[in-house]
Amino acid sequence: MKEAVEPITELKLEGITKRFPGILACNNVAMEVRRGEVLALVGENGAGKSTLMNILAGLYQPDAGTITLNGKAVHFRDPNDAYARGIGMVHQNFMLVPNMTVIENVALGLKQHHHFMNLDLKAVKQRILEVSAHHELPVNPDAYIWQLSVGEQQRVELIKTLCFGARLLILDEPTSALTPQETDDLIDRLKRMSAELSIIFISHKLNEVKTLSNRVAILRHGAVVFNGLTVNHTTSELAALMTGREVVLPHNEGMGGGGAVILSARDLKVRGDRGHLALDGLDLELHAGEILGLAGVSGNGQRELAEAISGLRPVESGKVELLDRDMTNRTPSAMIHAGLGYIPEDRHHEGIVPSFTVKENLVLKDFSTRRFSTWCMLKLKEIARNAEFLKERYDIRCSSTSAAGGSLSGGNIQKVILARELAREPKALVAVYPTRGVDMGAQEFIHSQLLARRRAGGGILLISEELEEIMNLSDRIAVIYKGRILKILPSLEATRERLGLLMAGVSDE
Amino acid sequence: MNKFKLAYSTGVVLLAVFCAMAVGAIVIKAVGASPMLTYLTIVTGPVQDLFGVTEVLVRAVPLILVALGIAISFRSGIINIGAEGQILMGILAATATALALPGLPKIVLLPLVLLAGAIGGGLWAGIAGVLRAKLGVNEILSTVMLNYIAAQFYTFLLRGPMIDPGELETGSGTPQSLRLPENAWLGRLIPETRLHMGLVLALVLAVAVYFLLWRTTWGLRLRAAGAEAKAARYAGISVDRSLIVAMLFAGAFAGLAGAVEVTGVHHRAIEGISSGYGFAGIVVALFGGLHPAGIVPAAVFFGLLLVGADMTQRTAGVPANMILVLQGVIILAIVSAKMYLNNAYAQERVAKFFARFKAPSVEPMKPGGQS
Repeated sequence: MKEAVEPITELKLEGITKRFPGILACNNVAMEVRRGEVLALVGENGAGKSTLMNILAGLYQPDAGTITLNGKAVHFRDPNDAYARGIGMVHQNFMLVPNMTVIENVALGLKQHHHFMNLDLKAVKQRILEVSAHHELPVNPDAYIWQLSVGEQQRVELIKTLCFGARLLILDEPTSALTPQETDDLIDRLKRMSAELSIIFISHKLNEVKTLSNRVAILRHGAVVFNGLTVNHTTSELAALMTGREVVLPHNEGMGGGGAVILSARDLKVRGDRGHLALDGLDLELHAGEILGLAGVSGNGQRELAEAISGLRPVESGKVELLDRDMTNRTPSAMIHAGLGYIPEDRHHEGIVPSFTVKENLVLKDFSTRRFSTWCMLKLKEIARNAEFLKERYDIRCSSTSAAGGSLSGGNIQKVILARELAREPKALVAVYPTRGVDMGAQEFIHSQLLARRRAGGGILLISEELEEIMNLSDRIAVIYKGRILKILPSLEATRERLGLLMAGVSDE
Repeated sequence: MNKFKLAYSTGVVLLAVFCAMAVGAIVIKAVGASPMLTYLTIVTGPVQDLFGVTEVLVRAVPLILVALGIAISFRSGIINIGAEGQILMGILAATATALALPGLPKIVLLPLVLLAGAIGGGLWAGIAGVLRAKLGVNEILSTVMLNYIAAQFYTFLLRGPMIDPGELETGSGTPQSLRLPENAWLGRLIPETRLHMGLVLALVLAVAVYFLLWRTTWGLRLRAAGAEAKAARYAGISVDRSLIVAMLFAGAFAGLAGAVEVTGVHHRAIEGISSGYGFAGIVVALFGGLHPAGIVPAAVFFGLLLVGADMTQRTAGVPANMILVLQGVIILAIVSAKMYLNNAYAQERVAKFFARFKAPSVEPMKPGGQS
């Protein structure tokens, strides 16, 4: 047993450089973490954060530079090396086997409990309970992963990493899939855990960085551009350092709406994937020229609503109307042609075809129109011209429009989707988590584009978990709870607290 | 950089071929033959005279046609293992049409016969397509099972309703149909050989498939549905319809291959006519990168292997079936090699390794991009 790892008092990175073909991912990076400290690592998508952390976790070898641990130079050949020294990483996408229990998942990596023909699950359970009690991370060791919420799975990941003996935790965007409540909860727990551990916390969300971290390091284009104490800087200063310019998230500047109803759902009943009524008599009206924010804890029917409106999920009863026409249970293509735009939740699989080029993805909904084809023959030149235009107009950063869509960073994929949807000038646009996991710069751009669409008279149904995003952009805010709209309030009357209560199902009348 | 990439790719392919041949040599040695002689025969035997070359092409024709269909179906996200059965159904449909309408002029009858073959194969494959699209039946299972049904149905017809009446009279009972009317024969490209107009047809269709997949809205729809069905659905493409259309195409190409074989080579439906083209076609399609420009040379290469294998039996004493072993080894080697071909990290490592031996002035990797 390598149980008794000495505590990590100081970890130092010096001159770390890593090249990938065509890209200098890390350029002479230096930083350090001490015991009991939370270091926030921030930067835009593609700034080199993940590469750096993968080097620290032993997944990549640096081309140059040294890692010193407690004053001694170390060299990690693979993740096991890093683990043996007490460095553990929790990845953004959970590495858990859904149809196994918590115990079994942890046991997979605890080699000291693998005996010949015998796996000591009792000892593993004991270890889990110890860690869980010590760090106040409640978990049911016998539960199957698929039964757990995303927040609980996050805790299992933490416990797993701690069970392996991690003394320095690397958390790669741990809050990107969590609801606001779960996020607050996690931040709280991490704060307490940081008393005896070191934590490196990667995030786009600067308010989280502000609450949790002691120090912050900002990466831009693979180099550290800032390294200092968190308390001395405001979030907007950090944002400016991160993007290299002043970032101000745009606000909805005034009363919109009042236009005609363009999209409505009446008494909508829709079943979810598991057969339960995910929407149970939902009523909603979207007007021209307004952004209607739909706030709610995820899993309360947002996904089903978006899919039912787009014709992707059968409607059991009720009505969907677009521009005064009954469009209930019409095909997705009928909805698209009737003027509905859709920014789906899962941009990598629903928004784009990853193996298709950027230019193909940009015409995915329109290639059979007159503009892009005659007699079934594609007009390749026009498709390329369209792509160049949109690339410029929507600031899509890719080496060329012939690059595969899937090779772009998350923020740029989102811009491709945004460009495709907005260029079609949809009468109504359903935007689901449009800025989830994208950096501040891209977020600012996406927000301003949505507001521009609203000014042009389009109606937007904005589904998001980010209260700030909803409050910044919306004219009205509807709160969804258990498949129904609990309340609709004008944006001006909404406060974080009020929305939080409503999202928890507490109606304020 | 590009020079290095080319050298790298060539190196990987050569290494893969070398590995395959080395493993194959062990097998050949084990059956007591000479590996050198065997390889020499396979590669050079068929191309020593015009007849050998034409025989290679004769085998390449059905392989090209089947592989084109496979490429369409694989690119559309449906794995068609049923080309063998579809070929048989194509042969039956083509033969029945030709025998039923012997009086028609060639210009009408021949296209009609080929079309019938395509429709026969297409409809047979369509069953699997509809099952998958409407009921979610796994297409690998259904196409394999449909192969068995087609094989039995084929034998049944050739031994019963479609048997050459002459066979019954003489009592020899060989399971084969009547000879097709000459109006339904594909013309010979080169006299005194078996090479027929089917080659031209296959090459024309290869170009057509390229246009279909990459230049038409149909192709874009099919490829989108195949590459990421979810995104296609979200973009308003009917994935179900794509699957069925793709299967119809795939089956039509396989059925056409059968029709071309019967009208170009055998001139009557006999047993064993397909001789595994349905399965070899899958290999050719994958080997050719599911792209017509790769499929044509791949089909010629496999045609060479098939003809060469027949010759090894005579010259080197290697059973022709051994060539199947060799084929398998080559496929494994190529598939493994592909892992390295597009792997930028492996490339980088090799580049670094060679950079050590080079003069310091040559820098193979340049940090570009964001630096």
